[in-house]
Amino acid sequence: MELATSRDIRKYSVATRQRLSKYLEGIEAPPLFYVALFWDVVALDRMTPDGVTVDPLLPELPFPRAMAGGIKTQYFRPIRSGDYLVAQRTLTDLYEKEGKSGPLCFYEVTLDVKDDYGAPVLVERTTRILR
Amino acid sequence: MARIETIQVGDGLPAEDHTPTILDLFFYNAAIWNGHRIHFDEKYTTQEEGYRGIVIQGPLQGDWMSQCVMGWLGEEGTLVEFEYSNRSAAYLGDTLHVGGRVTAVDTSSGEVSVDLFVRNTAGDVIAPGAARVRVG
Repeated sequence: MELATSRDIRKYSVATRQRLSKYLEGIEAPPLFYVALFWDVVALDRMTPDGVTVDPLLPELPFPRAMAGGIKTQYFRPIRSGDYLVAQRTLTDLYEKEGKSGPLCFYEVTLDVKDDYGAPVLVERTTRILR
Repeated sequence: MARIETIQVGDGLPAEDHTPTILDLFFYNAAIWNGHRIHFDEKYTTQEEGYRGIVIQGPLQGDWMSQCVMGWLGEEGTLVEFEYSNRSAAYLGDTLHVGGRVTAVDTSSGEVSVDLFVRNTAGDVIAPGAARVRVG
């Protein structure tokens, strides 16, 4: 379970140059704050040479480098300071495609975020690319 | 703040240019706990990964698109659905143009759909997006 603190919301809001006062004052979280809240925190010696970690949901794959992908998120309510939130991540797709400079691996992870009463907060489907 | 009665399909959202500095990229990495070296280690990024410079984070560009929508909606607006994908890399020093356009208005539900984009200086859409919002 993760706690959305006013301080972390303010740090995210400053880092992304938000302009709405509800975000800058740490009252309500910007829509993509959950990316920070649920980014996997792992030991530095578990990171690959490019400074990231292999998603523990993935099997061993011959694609050493991560690239950005995309997301689709459904929101049920905003995250607010003081929210305790639970996230469940599920690997929901995995496939290979031929890119311009060789094979690419695509995978989809569904992130299901609920509050501590079990009410839905958001559902995100992320597609990421490995090469 | 946007009012549902005054919104029409084709309306443009207030566009904005972003020219992030290395400090923007650093603080964004710090805020989300991202150690990906392509966002801060130029020698590694160009020599090991073959990029032409430090890469601007994809999710940061996604955040700019969400700000384009939320800034247009104002303090009382609600985001219902949001999506984007990163199609091409953008680099430290680039100026990126972020904007959007209304694609559907449903006055009965108060919901509005918009298409969003991040364009590079060449005019290419490097990150398309879309959102569905409830106007307050």
